[in-house]
Amino acid sequence: MSTFSKLEVKDKDIVTSLQGFFKTLLESKKIDAFMVPWHLPMKEVVMPTLISDVEQLDKADPLAPSFPMNAAKIASRLTKKPAGQTIALVMRSCEIRAFIELIKLKQGSLDNTVLIGIDCLGAFDNRDYASFAKKEVSTVRFCDKILKDKSENIEGLNLAAACKVCEHPVPDNADIIIGLYGIDYQSELLLEAPTVKGEELLQALNLPKTSESASRQQAIKSLISDREAKRDKMFEETSLATSNIEKLSGYLASCVNCYNCRVACPVCYCRECVFVTDVFDHDSFQYLQWAKKKGRVKMPTDTDFFHLTRMAHISLACVGCGQCSNACPNDIPLTELFRTVSHHTQKAFEYEAGKNIEEPIPLSVFNDKEYEEVVGINKQSTE
Amino acid sequence: MTEFEPTIVAFFCNWCTYTASDLAGTSRLSYPPNIKIIRMMCTGMVDPKYVIKALLEGADAVLISGCHPGDCHYINGNYKARRRVKLLKEMLKRFGLEEERLRLTWIGASDGLQLAETINTMVDQVKKLGPSEIKSTMVI
Ligand code: SF4
Ligand code: SF4
Ligand code: FES
Repeated sequence: MSTFSKLEVKDKDIVTSLQGFFKTLLESKKIDAFMVPWHLPMKEVVMPTLISDVEQLDKADPLAPSFPMNAAKIASRLTKKPAGQTIALVMRSCEIRAFIELIKLKQGSLDNTVLIGIDCLGAFDNRDYASFAKKEVSTVRFCDKILKDKSENIEGLNLAAACKVCEHPVPDNADIIIGLYGIDYQSELLLEAPTVKGEELLQALNLPKTSESASRQQAIKSLISDREAKRDKMFEETSLATSNIEKLSGYLASCVNCYNCRVACPVCYCRECVFVTDVFDHDSFQYLQWAKKKGRVKMPTDTDFFHLTRMAHISLACVGCGQCSNACPNDIPLTELFRTVSHHTQKAFEYEAGKNIEEPIPLSVFNDKEYEEVVGINKQSTE
Repeated sequence: MTEFEPTIVAFFCNWCTYTASDLAGTSRLSYPPNIKIIRMMCTGMVDPKYVIKALLEGADAVLISGCHPGDCHYINGNYKARRRVKLLKEMLKRFGLEEERLRLTWIGASDGLQLAETINTMVDQVKKLGPSEIKSTMVI
């Protein structure tokens, strides 16, 4: 059972209030460092940053609509081996879910961490965030647009496609969840502690107790059902656009095999990807043979093969964070494709990526009697 | 016009189905030449990549066949294969791959007859479906 406390917001400024909250935690010495999105001093860029000096938290801004990378990868790097110090990881909902998947893959650990999740207001892709930053609109103003005006169009810019269809605006699996939806966020924020770890930390701060209001629950419910409707529409459109291999090839036609999407994907877990090994470093003679056999061969080769293999590897772990699309130099809507396929493969295994740390990854376990429908030669495609 | 002769790429486990195919040969059971057999040490070694590559290269169908549940020489390779086939089927049907073009069967070393029947039936089924669309499509 979660416990709830209130965090007072002064001057309607939630950014400064959040910074204040992080500072109190760091000063309490129960936390040795924060990993949190932070405004770099030399350019309007926000990056995950590891902070141990309280004053540096003045530039922490986890609500800035910037999402340059999925920080689950950083969290994995920080927790793979025990460091004996406690790190508070401030992450978005999809980052926490990706981190959970990485932990299941033994590429990270919850030991010596405190996961802090904030109701996610979404973010722009990199290009739009750069335009947004030029407009010098404050994060507080952005939050008002989303929370008060309920608008997804901010100064002519739209949230990233992944965010618009995200049905997880409230993070699961955090030790502390900072609530913004369905409350009077301009005067107070909700601090929820779903775990013992979170509860102990909040208790030490002596904050006023409260409970989760019905209006918050209602606001979350209606936001989720809104998002699900948009998501399902996106699934339908994407399925239609890729319903056969020819269409899929068209969907991926501008891919140049740079593999940025796999580098950006938090759950592309292989330490060395087969696509960058010698296996795909063919001799020129080989390419000429292929060209001769088929009359022509598109270079670089194996584009569909790469994407389908990546899909076989990670669709059961995809958390829909949108970083694959964000990373693509050629604007291929990869998130839509991967989310659509993942939705179906995860459903087939009754699995939801990032939801439950106790639930094993589908391909890591098996039973002697299961999925017998895939065995044999009787099932027809028309059935 | 000559009749369409499908190409079926088959990944057979060395310990059971591959032995069955030998047996079928020595007992003069006939099965069509459409099948291109690749001997694997276990169905658990059939990487999803192999299946995807075979299909993208224009195989009309893929057959994976190994030891019956409980008989895998590596204890559980066939159970892993079953989950992988489940995943591949879910995934590839989104891009139009028909049920008949990816099959998994358990055929023991002494089941030469069952193997011949399986291959014959599969060839018939794929003939009915026609050539894989991938052959006539520019796959990138
Ligand atoms: S495939 Fe794309 S949306 Fe899914 S987890 Fe990877 S980067 Fe995120
Ligand atoms: S990032 Fe884009 S261009 Fe690069 S490999 Fe992925 S899909 Fe292809
Ligand atoms: S040894 Fe035959 S399937 Fe594993």
